Amino acid sequence: MTTAVPSRSGDGSAWSPASGDGSAWSSTRAFGASISAEWLKVTTVRSSYITLVVSLAAMVGVSAIVCASNVSSFDKLGLLERTVFKLTFDPAFSGVSGVFLAQLGVGVLGVLTMTSEYSSGMIRTSLAAVPRRLHLLMAKAIVYLVIALVVGLVGSFCSFLVGQSILSGAGLSTSLSAPGVPRVVIGGGLYLAVLGLLGVGLGAMIRRTAGAVAALFGLLLVLPAIAAALPSPWGPDVSRYLPNEAGSALLHLTDRTDVLAPWSGFAVFAAYAVVAMVLGSTLLLRRDA
Amino acid sequence: MIEVRGLTKRYGRVTAIDGLSFDVLPGRVTGFLGPNGSGKSTTMRLVVGLDIPTSGSVAVAGRPYRELARPLTEVGALLDAGALHPGRRARDHLRWLAVTNGISRRRADEVLALVGLESAARRRASTLSLGMRQRLGIAVALLGNPGVLLFDEPINGLDPEGIVWVRRLMRSLAAEGRTVFVSSHLMSEMALTADHLVVVGRGKLVADAALTDFVEQASLRASRVVTPEPERLASALDGAGATVSAGPDGLLEVTGLTTARIGELALAASVVLHELTPVRASLEEAYMELTADSVEYRVADPAAGARS
Ligand SMILES: Nc1ncnc2c1ncn2[C@@H]1O[C@H](COP(=O)(O)OP(=O)(O)O)[C@@H](O)[C@H]1O
Ligand SMILES: [Mg+2]
Repeated sequence: MTTAVPSRSGDGSAWSPASGDGSAWSSTRAFGASISAEWLKVTTVRSSYITLVVSLAAMVGVSAIVCASNVSSFDKLGLLERTVFKLTFDPAFSGVSGVFLAQLGVGVLGVLTMTSEYSSGMIRTSLAAVPRRLHLLMAKAIVYLVIALVVGLVGSFCSFLVGQSILSGAGLSTSLSAPGVPRVVIGGGLYLAVLGLLGVGLGAMIRRTAGAVAALFGLLLVLPAIAAALPSPWGPDVSRYLPNEAGSALLHLTDRTDVLAPWSGFAVFAAYAVVAMVLGSTLLLRRDA
Repeated sequence: MIEVRGLTKRYGRVTAIDGLSFDVLPGRVTGFLGPNGSGKSTTMRLVVGLDIPTSGSVAVAGRPYRELARPLTEVGALLDAGALHPGRRARDHLRWLAVTNGISRRRADEVLALVGLESAARRRASTLSLGMRQRLGIAVALLGNPGVLLFDEPINGLDPEGIVWVRRLMRSLAAEGRTVFVSSHLMSEMALTADHLVVVGRGKLVADAALTDFVEQASLRASRVVTPEPERLASALDGAGATVSAGPDGLLEVTGLTTARIGELALAASVVLHELTPVRASLEEAYMELTADSVEYRVADPAAGARS
């Protein structure tokens, strides 16, 4: 094909690598290596720890505040009203309600796993090292999903325990062994895991931090507000399918008519994250880095 | 070896590179030269599979980059030294990269030493100077001990000592038989480093030649003429189609005519000559001439005839 070797060319012999063991490097090994590398990336940056610790603290703190305010309103009620209050009060939901603040930190960190690579230009280094682009995105997704799940489970469990100790003063608390409660506490972890994945997917789709965070907050905060403003038959019907409403179905102990059934709600929530990941993957494969 | 074939890349309406074809051979430093915006960085991104070509193809080490199992062990690239997470330590940056391609973590420390950054191993990227980042970028390129190396404007931000170091590094990498492809917009830099030049202008191939052949191929040739009657000679040469520019003390710079023809014309016009010297275009001039208008001054590619 190329016969032309001009006069001053190639004075050295062609380079031969010391160890040509490329054949032993299977796709599975490469993917495993990508996962290890993504883990190293997350754990070698201080801002990851700071965000996760702040999210954890916010989760426990908000849950405690919600429980304390329930206790104080309960204390002000008369005897009869207290009985009614107890009928509708959901101690498990109050105990994990801090997820709704923690979700912002966890979601933004998920977004940043992709967008920070674009803002620094490191995406080019990453894709030069891992040219199979799906490997890169899936490795990020898996690593961050696991981190968000663990942080979410720890946060959810701590929030629940702190919340119940506050509620127990007014006799409002429940326990981990009560029916439905384990589902709620684990649900707090699952909720944040899915949210982390949603963040990664949005980050891959939008690439810019500001835009992706705006999209995330729009989905979580703005859409519910808009849905709430819709006229009566529409509002609730739309609301229950929005990401955080659907996701929070898992966090309610009692059956509610305005929320989807726990696991179907969770499935709808997870579908948002999956759609974001599919769109993100498609765009990552198609676009220039 | 890098094989670029009919490579074209458009970004919307901007044609960044337009039908480029050339080979980068092992065992020598190939300079990739062109003014800013001529498509050098775009070509390098296409080589490592970061951008998707509009048409054409590139193969590195015999295959498209994206098909390489452990690309860092075959191709090392310094594209943008600033492409670091500001909060990550230099050594950690090399370590995660090593992990992706199954390279030993010890190698991270080896390349840090190789580029003279041992003492900065634990510093976070945001605290590194531009020159140190450039060295770290070179360490990344060398991490997998690859046979093909690409450096996009590697001397940017380096101090004079660093520049000399980079030149030596390029030369020694090529001497080991590796393929070394270095871009620059400065001819003077390439003249010191490269054995071979691939010159682009406005996304098109302008020249692909050995450094020594480069000047001879360039169309610019001038003659220095000194005469006591510059006006008369200038009009005579003008009439013969030369381009003449006048300097002080009867000096004329003449292009477009050989020295022999100038002598004949001077005799015919009965003008005394005190000096008549052929002037070789400097590399810088040759380069400017070539890229001033890439279409008009296109120079024949000596290897083109042998290619199919
Ligand atoms: N991602 C991009 N989007 C749009 N235009 C681009 C992009 N990258 C490069 N270009 C354009 O392509 C041309 C070549 O740019 P580049 O490859 O950076 O040149 P060089 O590295 O030789 O200075 C320029 O006109 C530049 O503006
Ligand atoms: Mg450039």
